[in-house]
Amino acid sequence: MILHELISFELLRVIWWGLLGVLLIGFALTDGFDMGTGALLPFVAKTDTERRVVINTVGPVWEGNQVWFILGGGAIFAAWPPLYAVSFSGFYMAMFIVLCAFIVRPVAFKYRSKRPSPTWRSTWDWALFAGGAVPALIFGVAVGNVLRGVPFHLTPSLMPIYEGSFFGLLNPFALLTGVVSLSMLIMHGAAWLNLKTEGRIQSRARRYGFTAGVVAIIGYAVAGAWLLLITDGYSFVDAAVTDGPSNPLMSDVVKGGSWLAAYGARPWIMIAPIMGFVGMLMALRGLTSGGEATTMLWSKMGILGVISSVGLTMFPFILPSSTDPDSSLTVWDASSSHLTLFVMLVATVIFMPLILMYTSWVYSVLWGKVTEDDVTANGETLY
Amino acid sequence: MELDVVELSRLQFAMTALYHFLFVPLTLGLSILVAIMETVYVMTGRPIWRQMTKFWGTLFGINFVLGVATGITMEFQFGMNWAYYSHYVGDVFGAPLAIEGLMAFFLEATFVGLFFFGWDKLSRVKHLMVAWLVAIGSNFSALWILIANGWMQNPVGAEFNPMTMRMEMTSFFDVVFNEVAQAKFVHTVSAGYVTAAMFVMGVSAWYLLKGRHIELARRSITVAASFGLASAISVVVLGDESGYDAGLNQKMKLAAIEGMWETEEAPAPFTLVGIPDQEDRETHYAVHVPYVMGLIGTRSLTEEIPGIAELVEEAEGQVRSGIIAYDALMTIQEQMQDTPADVMETFEQHSDDLGYAFLLLRYVDDPRNATEEQIVMAANDTVPHVWPMFWAFRIMVGIGMALILINGYFFVRSSFKGMDYPRWALRLSVAAIPLPWIAAEMGWIVAEYGRQPWTVDGILPTALSVSHLSVTQLLLTIAGFALFYTVLFVVEMGLMIKYIKKGPTQDVAVTDEWMAKHEHRLRTHDGNVPEFTPAE
Repeated sequence: MILHELISFELLRVIWWGLLGVLLIGFALTDGFDMGTGALLPFVAKTDTERRVVINTVGPVWEGNQVWFILGGGAIFAAWPPLYAVSFSGFYMAMFIVLCAFIVRPVAFKYRSKRPSPTWRSTWDWALFAGGAVPALIFGVAVGNVLRGVPFHLTPSLMPIYEGSFFGLLNPFALLTGVVSLSMLIMHGAAWLNLKTEGRIQSRARRYGFTAGVVAIIGYAVAGAWLLLITDGYSFVDAAVTDGPSNPLMSDVVKGGSWLAAYGARPWIMIAPIMGFVGMLMALRGLTSGGEATTMLWSKMGILGVISSVGLTMFPFILPSSTDPDSSLTVWDASSSHLTLFVMLVATVIFMPLILMYTSWVYSVLWGKVTEDDVTANGETLY
Repeated sequence: MELDVVELSRLQFAMTALYHFLFVPLTLGLSILVAIMETVYVMTGRPIWRQMTKFWGTLFGINFVLGVATGITMEFQFGMNWAYYSHYVGDVFGAPLAIEGLMAFFLEATFVGLFFFGWDKLSRVKHLMVAWLVAIGSNFSALWILIANGWMQNPVGAEFNPMTMRMEMTSFFDVVFNEVAQAKFVHTVSAGYVTAAMFVMGVSAWYLLKGRHIELARRSITVAASFGLASAISVVVLGDESGYDAGLNQKMKLAAIEGMWETEEAPAPFTLVGIPDQEDRETHYAVHVPYVMGLIGTRSLTEEIPGIAELVEEAEGQVRSGIIAYDALMTIQEQMQDTPADVMETFEQHSDDLGYAFLLLRYVDDPRNATEEQIVMAANDTVPHVWPMFWAFRIMVGIGMALILINGYFFVRSSFKGMDYPRWALRLSVAAIPLPWIAAEMGWIVAEYGRQPWTVDGILPTALSVSHLSVTQLLLTIAGFALFYTVLFVVEMGLMIKYIKKGPTQDVAVTDEWMAKHEHRLRTHDGNVPEFTPAE
């Protein structure tokens, strides 16, 4: 097979770095509002009927949205195996908690309506709350740790050895990024409820969403300043070999200097934080006075900006090592082989447009608000 | 200490995989049965078929969601608990997993919501299309996960790259069209179809015994029995295909299943029952059926199937060759691109056996310093525990045969005997509901326990595949999973039983009215007055 040499190894690595971003952003944009909605559930909806309205706004779509998460995991495994091995085993207990959340959430959606007992239902309501809020927080904490560098090294046989602890993940900077992630997704969930509900639920969602949005914007600004002014960045000692074997130990990396350097070298990446701020500010405005669909779009733009600012700032680093910088994983030395990246790209080019097409079709079928009348009239078919 | 982490990681994986596989087979089959029922509804317009679709669809949903939820654990556990495995084979193994997400998970998960929520929002034909897309998506996901699993059993289309210390894909085509993967796929989905058929038949039989929902139950049995019979035959025939492939690729697994300690003269006999003894390398009280093993394993009367002793000897040679590869690899690791050509050449000659040198890491830090005794111990480690394999296989096959008989009987009664079922047969069918699950779990044990001591056959030992974790971490997550999964299982069973007891609740009025109007021409019972009271 020589077909794969049509696209250079270097370019494929950059493409897959971009696709990693697309998957994470796809996950945050779709499952993000599910998580935000779950986190808001006990607060924006008080009665059982109100809660059913909220749950049924995401009822038909959460399952498809969650696949972004699963596919994200699968794509990291296939395209960035060292990243998958280091991060999933290193963040072991945190991953376990995320798993529990992602296991309990589907079950809660599906089983809540199967029995009328108030205890039964309120238990699942809190499960939905935890299933939304906990992963949203942990993902943010993970991103904060990645930006600071993670304590791990690779043995000469490339066995990853993680040197930190679960509580080491909970440092102040990472907690701050956790808050940014949680509040941003709550804002996103509020924008969704603003679009899909009416009356009391809608006005409560707007109020909580506004507060969350303010926290997200301030948190993002503080985290950005902290990162660029205080936190150490990482850089290659010599010019990187961009098409060499995927062995992180073959390059020399130093810790020190600032991530700010990225903005000197590639000024255009300023666009990402700008999009983040503008999107979130406009979503705030939308939650008080704007159109419902456009508010959702602004919120999406904000999330897109925030997440891509992380990736663009760190490029080409993906997972720096704080204790052994030479072990750091970068775009140039942590990918799959040339052939695998090519095969995966072909699969993505075929299936991603199909996925986007049928997902849009499903959303268009389900377009429109969910009302209290809907859920009381369709007791059997809805959640 | 290291060993404990290995054992615990294996325990956790086995636990979560076996649990996940309680839900998957039913999803695979029931998605298709429900789509078939809805197809009949769309073609005939008879409301009873819509009622059946919705009723079995509800049970499908209760089961499906746990398959999804526990499947997430499977996808992430490789990285969490098997980090070195993930690094070592991610280049090959990750691709089918990711394609599974792209091609299958998105399809089934996106449309399953619409299946339940779209009855009023979609035309009949569009809703039917949605049902089929869910079924196709579920079955595609089985295809890709078994391509990944098939590669662990028969690692083709890849080679070791000493620069990156891992297996890298050389041919995607070979990975996808791996004969082991293809045989496993058909065997596994057929098993899922039988599971669903037995479930539908058993539940319907219970309704008939109780004299409830007669029309729904009879029609359900008719669909399930024909589907189940075809699938049960396919499971066994393609199980034989897997056996043949095991003969080619995993001789040790076949020898363990058979409890065949020494190479037998061709064609080898099949040991029907016996008590395998690992220490004495002998199967006590064995009852033999002549020729059968030779036929299954080689499809010839003259070819020999190697016994365990002979395979261990072979493995010993591979361990020695692996040590040479390991020695060269150490030089390569130091000098990387500057490695002398002759070292590279030595490595390439022996790299296929590198995994056998890794077996020594249990006993010695550097395989090059291994004693003769340790080499023999490593070679002995290639033998899986024989008695669990021996018995798991026999239970699985026994159940497979029984399911052919049960499905065949009901097929005959439903097609040629006017859907008249004796009460003993109905009772038997209710009692048989758990059988396919037992067979499926036994099948998992034969396939994966029988793969030991390897995660990837001949390439990477299980002991080397794990993450660098502590025993405490593993104990915490094992306890967590055990507790969490037990609660979910109790909740799921509770709901299943509740909804089965409740029976169909949707479209009851419209179905009954229609049935009453057309009763004279729809009578399912030879023109006699139905002996059961009609559905409530």
